[in-house]
Amino acid sequence: MALTKKQSAELARQEFEYAPAPESIDHVKIQPRYGLFIGGRMVEPHSKKRFPTINPANEKKLAEVAEADEVDVDRAVKAAGKAFDSWARLAPSRRARYIFRISRLIQERSRELAVVETMDGGKPIKESRDVDIPLSAAHFFYYAGWADKLEWAFPNRKPRPLGVAGQVIPWNFPLLMLAWKIAPALAAGNAVVLKPAETTPLSAMLFAEICMQAELPPGVVNIVTGAGKTGSLVVTHPDVKKVAFTGSTEVGKLIQRAIAGTGKKLTLELGGKAANIVFEDAPLDQAVEGIVNGIYFNQGHVCCAGSRLLVQESIAEPLLDKLKRRLSTLRLGDPLDKNTDIGAINSKAQLEKIQGLVESGIEEGAELYQPECVLPERGFWFPPTLFTNVSQSYRIAREEIFGPVLSVLTFRTPNEAVEKANNTPYGLSAGVWTDKGSRILWMAERMRAGVVWANTFNRFDPTSPFGGYKESGYGREGGVHGLLPYVELT
Amino acid sequence: MATALSLTHLGSLMRGVRSVDEVGADERAASLAKRSIKKSSKLWALDLAIRCMDLTTLEGADTPGKVAAMCAKAIRPKPGDPTIPSVAAVCVYPLRIPDCVDHVRGSSVRIASVATAFPSGQSFTSIKIAETEEAVRAGAHEIDMVIDRGAFLSGDYQRVYDEIVAVKEACGPAHLKVILETGELGTYDAIRRASILAMAAGADFIKTSTGKVQPAATLPAALVMMEAIRDFGRETGRPVGFKAAGGIRTAKQAISYLVITYETLGPDWMTPDRLRLGASTLLNDVLMQVEKERTGAYQSPDYFTID
Repeated sequence: MALTKKQSAELARQEFEYAPAPESIDHVKIQPRYGLFIGGRMVEPHSKKRFPTINPANEKKLAEVAEADEVDVDRAVKAAGKAFDSWARLAPSRRARYIFRISRLIQERSRELAVVETMDGGKPIKESRDVDIPLSAAHFFYYAGWADKLEWAFPNRKPRPLGVAGQVIPWNFPLLMLAWKIAPALAAGNAVVLKPAETTPLSAMLFAEICMQAELPPGVVNIVTGAGKTGSLVVTHPDVKKVAFTGSTEVGKLIQRAIAGTGKKLTLELGGKAANIVFEDAPLDQAVEGIVNGIYFNQGHVCCAGSRLLVQESIAEPLLDKLKRRLSTLRLGDPLDKNTDIGAINSKAQLEKIQGLVESGIEEGAELYQPECVLPERGFWFPPTLFTNVSQSYRIAREEIFGPVLSVLTFRTPNEAVEKANNTPYGLSAGVWTDKGSRILWMAERMRAGVVWANTFNRFDPTSPFGGYKESGYGREGGVHGLLPYVELT
Repeated sequence: MATALSLTHLGSLMRGVRSVDEVGADERAASLAKRSIKKSSKLWALDLAIRCMDLTTLEGADTPGKVAAMCAKAIRPKPGDPTIPSVAAVCVYPLRIPDCVDHVRGSSVRIASVATAFPSGQSFTSIKIAETEEAVRAGAHEIDMVIDRGAFLSGDYQRVYDEIVAVKEACGPAHLKVILETGELGTYDAIRRASILAMAAGADFIKTSTGKVQPAATLPAALVMMEAIRDFGRETGRPVGFKAAGGIRTAKQAISYLVITYETLGPDWMTPDRLRLGASTLLNDVLMQVEKERTGAYQSPDYFTID
């Protein structure tokens, strides 16, 4: 017998509950303890010190990693210096071959890398699987192509590698930032010493395995783990000719001070407080997706996140309506679940920083909105949050929160939008949503931001240069521009 | 019943319909298609897919025998398994309605009929109205009409609007589904505009395609229509149903439509009253997937009846 109408209605009333769909972790082998990657092999740290790295989604320890001290860093830089001589003299097409090989190995081990990235950092598996790892491979692939074409990159100049590059990267896109740093350095003929962030060192340890698998000449890539102290040892080491840092503006300033007068080349990719500007003629539903992608992607742990929404007053109400509805469909939870949209906050310290800034927003008089959302008991979590009634002077409109928190401001005219968007010490990125092509160009000309996205947000490609204005740093990564910081032109 | 609008009003209204960004819509649809629906949620979704299905045959070669067999399948998709629900409706050409009437009597299965010079819609309004009236008289509970794409694309929105209003009136108690034939409209902007137009004219459902034109139903086109439904509901308070049709052959595709409906329109649309999937060959794949979920193994196609 077919179901009666009543039975059907009952069935229909049930919610569409997505059953857990966790990515398998059986194929991943995380070692209980890691050493330092120096001179082509994993070595015990001189410091004899180790610290734990945990899964921020459940606070369970994943592994212990070494804390490199002065001797360790010195060994790494010496190993890089030694490798540099032959690496720089190697036929460029041979260098390209190694970098291509690395790219291929990242692709081959992409599932494993994605799982490790998610477990160590808390980001949803769909992002590490579809964004972080493919982009990392693409970055090596792209720069491999440049290795034997450097003279075409800089016409009528003679590009020469600098020597040892000291690179310090953040925890928000561990492997991708590693790729952004290492790929152009190697393509240009430099050797590197890289320090991953202390909360997310594991994908770099896997990358060390990949370097060995690729039979990269020993010492061309060295990876030392540790916290801020280790990073400072790397950037201030006298044999390091080039420093590249991605992280907070605060630390960027410290580095700049520390190496002033040393002649080291420096590129900094620092914080941001990007404006995502929605005009009244924008395609609203897609703008909502862009806003969500702009600020809730990777829990807002994105330096170019669209953390300030500037919406034209005439459409503020319908847009916010749509945005709030959309927030209620975001799925927060186990980062390894393929249906998770919002994962865990990277660390306890970061969670406390977000909580503090959100409290300041409430105190200063902004109106808080959070969708109904059950947070897991263990681990570090913060629900997607938006603030309305925000003034330019509020801390949540000025300071980088680096979390899933959006501040909504309104504007009346394009001029006012530009003024408000540029009224920040940062200048990393911006978004413009309008159906009018001429307005996109008009806005892009006036925005003080390294990248202006039109009718999209947080879109990355290895061929496109990325970097900041003002306190968001200087120098560009990606594209042909990304080679420049790693060569000396004569 | 919507009141008639004058030409100038309707024209400017249509031009004022908010635009759709194609790249963004495609991306959103693609990301929703990546949802991983497993185990209990998959079984729930497969059950709903059957309950929302319009089992369809729209061939020149359709005969009373063929239609009778389809009706039997519609009522009892898997003989001997009472846990499998009936589909929502059978969908046939007008001449085949009388062949369905006796076979679906006493069941929950409705009779849907295409009408209005399906699939091109290129005929006289009087004939479309007459065809609709006859179809309802013959026993159709639901009418799937096509819009006049020629008129729509030439900017004659009034003609399209008036025709939908007239057909809706001719439907009487029957439900009206308005087919936009998104594959012929060219842009997502036009799909959105046609959706708003059809809903304003009184459509109970808006439907993607006839199945006779490629591309037929696509996820982004469905997304654009659902967003229009959502906005129309917000403005007017009237919920309009959605039907995807054409090219939906696998359970996986069907689940994608359910996911996109759920995340765009919400749980209130997860019912045959507001959601339909028109398909001729989808049902057996859904039944196979149900078996697979229940038993853990795929069964031979020989265990599923071909009707």
